Amino acid sequence: MTLPEVEAPARQEARRPLEVVTARHPLRWLAAAGVLVVLAMAASALITNPAWEWEVVGQYLFAPSVVRSVLLTLELTALGIGLGFALGTVLALMRLSPNRLLSSVAFGYVWLFRSVPLILQLLFWYNLALLYPRLSVGVPFGPEFFDFGTMDLVGPLTAAVLGLALHQAAYAAEIVRGGLLSVDAGQREAAAALGLPPGRRLLRIILPQAMRTIVPNAGNEIIGLVKGTSVVYIMALPELFYQVQVIYNRNGRVMALLLVAALWYLALTTVLSIAQHYVERHYGKGRA
Amino acid sequence: MSAMVELRGVHKSFGPLHVLRGVDLDVPRGQVLVVLGPSGSGKSTLLRTINHLEKVDRGSVRVDGRLLGYRQVGERLHELPEREVLRQRTQIGFVFQSFNLFPHLTVRQNLMEAPLSAQRRPRAEVEPLAERLLARVGLADKADAYPRTLSGGQQQRVAIARALALEPKLLLFDEPTSALDPELVGEVLDVIKGLARAGTTMIVVTHEIGFAREVADAVAFMDAGRVVELGPPAQILDAPAHERTRAFLAKVL
Repeated sequence: MTLPEVEAPARQEARRPLEVVTARHPLRWLAAAGVLVVLAMAASALITNPAWEWEVVGQYLFAPSVVRSVLLTLELTALGIGLGFALGTVLALMRLSPNRLLSSVAFGYVWLFRSVPLILQLLFWYNLALLYPRLSVGVPFGPEFFDFGTMDLVGPLTAAVLGLALHQAAYAAEIVRGGLLSVDAGQREAAAALGLPPGRRLLRIILPQAMRTIVPNAGNEIIGLVKGTSVVYIMALPELFYQVQVIYNRNGRVMALLLVAALWYLALTTVLSIAQHYVERHYGKGRA
Repeated sequence: MSAMVELRGVHKSFGPLHVLRGVDLDVPRGQVLVVLGPSGSGKSTLLRTINHLEKVDRGSVRVDGRLLGYRQVGERLHELPEREVLRQRTQIGFVFQSFNLFPHLTVRQNLMEAPLSAQRRPRAEVEPLAERLLARVGLADKADAYPRTLSGGQQQRVAIARALALEPKLLLFDEPTSALDPELVGEVLDVIKGLARAGTTMIVVTHEIGFAREVADAVAFMDAGRVVELGPPAQILDAPAHERTRAFLAKVL
């Protein structure tokens, strides 16, 4: 039988453990060398070409007007994401409600605000006064208490925040809904069986677990919006992208100033990516 | 004194599926009822109606003499507001087959959550309670561990301690050992046996016939949405009157 053949190498192994030699991958090395060459060429093209005007980049990178515009970009992002996710969470809860009207309205909202391009929505809000010259606060279909001129209430900044937040809310709603659905049904049952009040169940049990799915997607959205705020340049708001355009239209240093904007966007998204890593670690508590 | 649990003519359907077809059942105070039956016989659904995790379509569930989840007005049952249902549930502990511990909370936080937020008891009182309960299930050293780091048997013992933290009048177990590796079943059953000796009223859905024989005051055999047979374990397990009970026991023993 084959028994002696099997035994023979086993005995040899007992005397001296067999050495393991990993396989070589010459093609992988070749590919790596090729990529290195391309990288070197790209770096050289960036550094040695004087048309990039690196000294102009340095001159404008921390210019007060540029820094102010970065702050406005951050403000628009923070308000857009904050208000967007607040409204988005409400929409997600409505969408998951057993009440058909609530879930249909949430569905309709997401459908509408996801379907119309952001730039169009921004222009609608910007020109709201054309549709409704005056706005008022009061009892629905009843007496009015306050009355405003739309132009005074919805300036370019408000219109921009409104547009970004309402658009963002549609995406946020889907992200939060996905997160809520990702939590095991047993968690909801256990919380209900323990008699936890509904609000507590959501905030203490369901949402923290949903955050594991929500945070990576929300991170995408935040980073998307940092760059996305650049579309509000059409409303002449001095955020980063609008500001560099103003400067290069004056001095003609187009490439250098686009580079200034690019460097700032890079820096902002890098910081956000790092923050996201820590937030994810926080909500990963007790896992893996 | 009335029974701790009284079910009268309980019906429940999921769409076209008629899962409970008129269940009558009494569990006296301090007694352990073990429910046996083939899968799909309605055991788990029955258990879940007893803390209103499933609403009944017809019939009534009484725990400690009080209607559960409803209030009777004449011949009608009106569903209670959620707040009331939640308050009733805090008197009934439920242990799930898949533990359902909260994975993002430590063992201690798992235990303290319901007494703090559902019963609004002071932290100073709940903290020592959690310690005591963990010691009781033999896990005093795991208070700060996350559930994921525990074995299945340990997780289920934490889940039992979590149910006990509400100091319930009644404990319901839904196949508490079915998700466990065979060598971990014993430690969980030991904890449940300890509770039985202490006089806790319990309903245990299980496939552990040996456990039923040793611990149960009564055994109910369910099939096709009805309690086919009910009696002391010796009678049901050794001399079943019903053909379907005999057929089931022949398969599992």
